[in-house]
Amino acid sequence: MTDLSTRNTIARKTAIVGIGATEFSKDSGRSELQLAVEATLAAISDAGLKPGDIDGMVTYSADTNPDIDIARAAGIGELTFFSRVHYGGGACCGTILQAVLAVATGVATNVVCYRAFNERSGNRFGAGVQNRPPVPSAENAQFAWYAPFGLLTPAQWVAMFTRRYMHQYGASGDDLGRVAVAGRDFASTNPKAWFYNKPITLEDHQNSRYIAEPLRLLDCCQESDGGQAVVVTTLDRARDLPNRPAIIAGVAQGAGEKQDMMTSYYRDNIAHLPEMALVARQIWEMSEVGVKDLSCAILYDAFTPFVLMQLEDFGFCPRGQAKDYVKDGNIGRGAKTPINTHGGQLGEAYIHGMNGIAEGVRQIRGTSPNQLDKVENVLVSSGTGVPTSAMVLTQD
Amino acid sequence: MSLATSSHKPKRPRPAITQDIEFFFTGAKEHKLLIQKCSKCSLLRHPPLPCCPECNSFSWETIESKGLGTVYSFVVNHYPQVPAFDYPLVVGLIELDEGTRIVSQIVDCEPGEVFVGMALEVKFLECDDELTLPVFAPRK
Repeated sequence: MTDLSTRNTIARKTAIVGIGATEFSKDSGRSELQLAVEATLAAISDAGLKPGDIDGMVTYSADTNPDIDIARAAGIGELTFFSRVHYGGGACCGTILQAVLAVATGVATNVVCYRAFNERSGNRFGAGVQNRPPVPSAENAQFAWYAPFGLLTPAQWVAMFTRRYMHQYGASGDDLGRVAVAGRDFASTNPKAWFYNKPITLEDHQNSRYIAEPLRLLDCCQESDGGQAVVVTTLDRARDLPNRPAIIAGVAQGAGEKQDMMTSYYRDNIAHLPEMALVARQIWEMSEVGVKDLSCAILYDAFTPFVLMQLEDFGFCPRGQAKDYVKDGNIGRGAKTPINTHGGQLGEAYIHGMNGIAEGVRQIRGTSPNQLDKVENVLVSSGTGVPTSAMVLTQD
Repeated sequence: MSLATSSHKPKRPRPAITQDIEFFFTGAKEHKLLIQKCSKCSLLRHPPLPCCPECNSFSWETIESKGLGTVYSFVVNHYPQVPAFDYPLVVGLIELDEGTRIVSQIVDCEPGEVFVGMALEVKFLECDDELTLPVFAPRK
């Protein structure tokens, strides 16, 4: 096991001071680069900074928008730190970790983390790897075990874990559906959400068609167009800026044993998320915050079953009991620790988790569309079933 | 009609074949389901890798699987429908009797008949001139 005992040098030293996004849609009508620049400028402005104050940029390796193009377009000027994080949505809080490391060590002063795409109107993310060219690299060869057999898309890869999870723990389609219903309920009162004013019932979920059985349409998040950016700086600087800082109390990445990109099917037990459990161990230790101290959690909800597994791997409930935890009303509106108060990626938009980071910041600031009382600590997680990341945001 | 249609069916997605995994697809063309085995500590591993995680030996050989296994998990694919395949398409995670797991198509039965623990046996599907795949059918 990884020794975590000397990891506290970056805890509570940095904060998110700016958030900015485009609208979330199904057809933005403009380039991905424009979305990225719009989100970046909005986040810088929200932070009370000017483009020239930014000297670091981080995004996902999956993003098509080079940091230098955004820097040129936005008038950011010189960059002393630029980095990208791999593994799709697993990169989400990993971009924050990069920014934290940069500003805490003085490598950069103010860092923008961003993600922007047209993943509905452009290259649809849910289509998977059906056209991936077979250049003989290790990265492509991993799909040799799936694509020729017809296992081609994220939903299909996730469904394999889901079937086993349901078999081992007796979870049902209704148990998955309750996650979707709770997310869509919060989205229904979030004006920025694609599914604003469009709640669903458990019957709607059960009546939705199978995509990759046992996953139904309403177990799968949206494909969205949009951009989201955030600004990270040191806590000292953050206290001189206009917004209430969202302090980064703990942030970590994790790749588990026997880790594959999205098909870690060869572990003894595939009905949980060891990479997320590794991230959880680190952020709880680093932040000295636990589940009992959380006001809410933003759990990556590309697919409903991985929300159940995250509840177990973060320690909200024992393994195999997330179905009962959810059935007992512990994730929705009015719960002690509600999940995905913006409506999640099922309800607001699928911006690979960056919009979830923004919601975590809004809850700390007191500006969420579904604002909770007396918010102290918020957990934010990243892509599931892939090498991943998470963080704990806290009040100053 | 159906034969003519199937001959015009687009080819399945090609595997990207590196030196580390080539043996598997070459073996399948000869109707052999091969599993990589460490020459030093005898650990079986799938998917194949160039080095043994237990003993770090780069020496490896293959064994021919008996082709018997059980369903560890499975997916019934409905959407998106890629023209190379027929839907609903059942893809299983199959635990071979030798102990390794492999993802493959489950054929010769209705999707509703498949269950976790179902006994399967290998057969070989000649998809086209270039590609033969081991697939699995209910054990007779």
